[in-house]
Amino acid sequence: MVRSDDFEERSAHLKNLSDEELDEKFWELVEQVVDPLIELAKTHTSPSIERSVLLRMGFDSLTSKALVDKIFDQGLLGKGAGNVVFRFAKLKGMNDYVKAGKLLVKEDHWDEVRSLFDGSGKK
Amino acid sequence: MKSVNPSEKLNVREILSDLEHYVPRRRGWTWRKQRPYLKMDEYIYEEVSEPLKNSVPLPAAHYFDNIDPQPDVVITSEIASGRFEDDIRRMRMAAWHGADHIMVIRTLGQSHIDGLMEGTPEGIGGIPITRKQLRATRKALDMIEDEVGRPINFHSYVSGVAGPEIAVLFAEEGVNGAHQDPQYNVLYRGINPVRSFVDAAVAKHIMAWAEMLQIDGAHNANASARISWKVMPELLVQHAINSLYSVKSGMKKENIALSTVPPTAAPTPTMRINLPYAIAVRELFKGYRFRAQMNTRYIESDLIDATRMHMIDTFISRLTSADLQSTITPDEGRNVPWHINSIRGIETAKHALIALDGIKDYVKIDREKVNEKVRELKMRAILMLEEIIKVGGYFEAVEQGFFVDNGYYPERMGDGIKRKKDGEIAAGTVVPRDEDYMAPVCQHFGYNNLPQGLEKPCDLIGGCTLCDHSKIKYVDELDENDNVEIRLKNVEDMKTKDLLKPEVEWANDGTVQLDMTFAEKEEIAEAAAIETAKRMGLTDINVIHKTILHPAEGTYIEIKAKVPFAIEKKKLKLPERVKPLSDDEIVQFFKEHPITVVAGTVGNDEHSVGLREILDIKHGGIEKYGISYIYLGTSVPVEKLIDAAIEANADAIFASMIVTHNDVHIHNMKKLNELAIEKGVRDKFIIVAGGTQITNDLAKSAGVDAGFGRGTQGADVASFLVRTLKKRGS
Repeated sequence: MVRSDDFEERSAHLKNLSDEELDEKFWELVEQVVDPLIELAKTHTSPSIERSVLLRMGFDSLTSKALVDKIFDQGLLGKGAGNVVFRFAKLKGMNDYVKAGKLLVKEDHWDEVRSLFDGSGKK
Repeated sequence: MKSVNPSEKLNVREILSDLEHYVPRRRGWTWRKQRPYLKMDEYIYEEVSEPLKNSVPLPAAHYFDNIDPQPDVVITSEIASGRFEDDIRRMRMAAWHGADHIMVIRTLGQSHIDGLMEGTPEGIGGIPITRKQLRATRKALDMIEDEVGRPINFHSYVSGVAGPEIAVLFAEEGVNGAHQDPQYNVLYRGINPVRSFVDAAVAKHIMAWAEMLQIDGAHNANASARISWKVMPELLVQHAINSLYSVKSGMKKENIALSTVPPTAAPTPTMRINLPYAIAVRELFKGYRFRAQMNTRYIESDLIDATRMHMIDTFISRLTSADLQSTITPDEGRNVPWHINSIRGIETAKHALIALDGIKDYVKIDREKVNEKVRELKMRAILMLEEIIKVGGYFEAVEQGFFVDNGYYPERMGDGIKRKKDGEIAAGTVVPRDEDYMAPVCQHFGYNNLPQGLEKPCDLIGGCTLCDHSKIKYVDELDENDNVEIRLKNVEDMKTKDLLKPEVEWANDGTVQLDMTFAEKEEIAEAAAIETAKRMGLTDINVIHKTILHPAEGTYIEIKAKVPFAIEKKKLKLPERVKPLSDDEIVQFFKEHPITVVAGTVGNDEHSVGLREILDIKHGGIEKYGISYIYLGTSVPVEKLIDAAIEANADAIFASMIVTHNDVHIHNMKKLNELAIEKGVRDKFIIVAGGTQITNDLAKSAGVDAGFGRGTQGADVASFLVRTLKKRGS
């Protein structure tokens, strides 16, 4: 879009605001822009977010990456990668969930994993 | 950890050893310890902080008892050699000159790597940020901060498609500050907007826990726009979106810093544009921090012009406020960030901040006069926000090219950066969190369906890495051909062979800079400069700067090139350094053998500062040892110096000579000797010459008894007199 500087007309409704009112107006509008973005962040996740969860659980970066790629491909990222590993380790009776995660990278156990989440994800 | 000795180089092997078990000392950002009204030498400073234990003061400090007052604000140095083992050496130089915020630039392309990098591969234009690199650097900075006596903040970037993981990595490894701004990803890295914002909230929440200082990315709009002041309304909007988004992600306002740049530079009427903007941004963002960035948009290859620009920028910091003063190497316009220019950048900031200490006591901004401009800027930003909301929100506005448009909003040129909400890099990778979504770790932002009754989320898994450092998995090297070991072998090989090369950024890189002027027009001067460098035997010759002195009369050229040889350190002939005697010994000697000295600057030489330093008691001169002197003043003829010495029955003559045109200094030394012989008094006087270009060898070869050059102190000259008089059986 190309538009010439129509500041004078466009700002007519702001001219009578005090300095403080201008600042308040500014932040009110910023909040209207930011709120939907923060709501989106609260309710969504991404591969990097899930890798950050696995890192915090004590996985190395290489395993985190491989595992999250697989979980994403299986359509299970919405469950949380940490959740997938945690529940799978329990199912297998493995105390060491990092080992369970590595097993999921190496071998195909996705039918078992899906059964843990009422059959969600890709078949 | 071994402490580092100021007279020894950092030992990279020592830093690399046992990195697997290194644990950072602290989390979070550290501000300088404020010391208002600190007295140093005879000056009281208002805006200063705790002095350093070890430092290199500003060049003129030796006139003022070598004081090195440290400004109240944190000073940043950006480091980007591409090799961490070279980065840490420059960090140490920077810390000694007064930087306590070390910002490490990432290698080209790391933003687009979907995951973490590991090991110590070499970078381009910056360093690959990895766990090993962070650990080694933080460990080196621990040593350096102990050496200078002030905490050093370590900083890099939480951006790209791996933001949340990098935030975890930084929190674990004691990184103290980071750039984080999803708008940077969107606009300049072409990363999917949705992914950028969703990732950012998680990353920011982790940064908040680690109490890192966040710096935003708004200044990049300034650096990208054609006429950079036109994006001022947008800058306010960008700062605001990131600031409020950060607060809503869990950050404290006081840990959020706006990266604010004085947008324009001369030849525009800079202050009339930059000052109202600086006031507007500081007023709108009360409670936040301000990182005063230097203008990079208008840096050309002229180092001095960059320095002038940054002095003016720092003036704005002092007239308004700043919590951090960034520095930019004045060679940024040449893309050759060299050791010396990093240091020059820091010195520019330190010099300006100290020079302007307390300026607001005397100079006040006329707030009323500037108010109209301030209000206009705020209104323009409000109008932009109104239109963003009108078109459906942030993502829609980005799709329609609202940002980095070269119009002065609401003017639009239609050349803004456009990014698709469902397009760009990593599009389609964000998924909704299901109702049973769960993440059994601490500091996880957003919806998390954890079981009831947990004290903290990671109890479920027996602790996370944020609570238990020992759970972190350390990965060493992944590439056996590209790592620090290979590079160190080359450096160590040179060391074993006792070889040495000049360097500008990497150990022994062999690079030198030459400057020269030809009385020719530009093209001829440039070709002649290259030919000159070739005939000097240099290789890899590049012209890095030209200044037209006059279209026909002359061109100044700067060249960088490589030397095709290495120097053998052992074969270097070093000038003999004579240690001065103790003060007591000198005082005792002159008590028993009082002497008189006749002194002056000779010929047509008005430079008396150096000589006064050698003479006056105030500057630690010979007067303090009980030596009496007769100072004849400046531009004293050689004859007069000798006649005065005869008349005063003096024991020594001090002749100072700074001017060296046509070797006049050599000529005058010879004349002193010859005239003294002629008058039959040569054996009666010890004749001493001094000056910046004088060496002992040169002076002796010209017939006088000794010569003293730059850096000489009263004690050196007094010791020479004592030794000579003793030898002569005084």
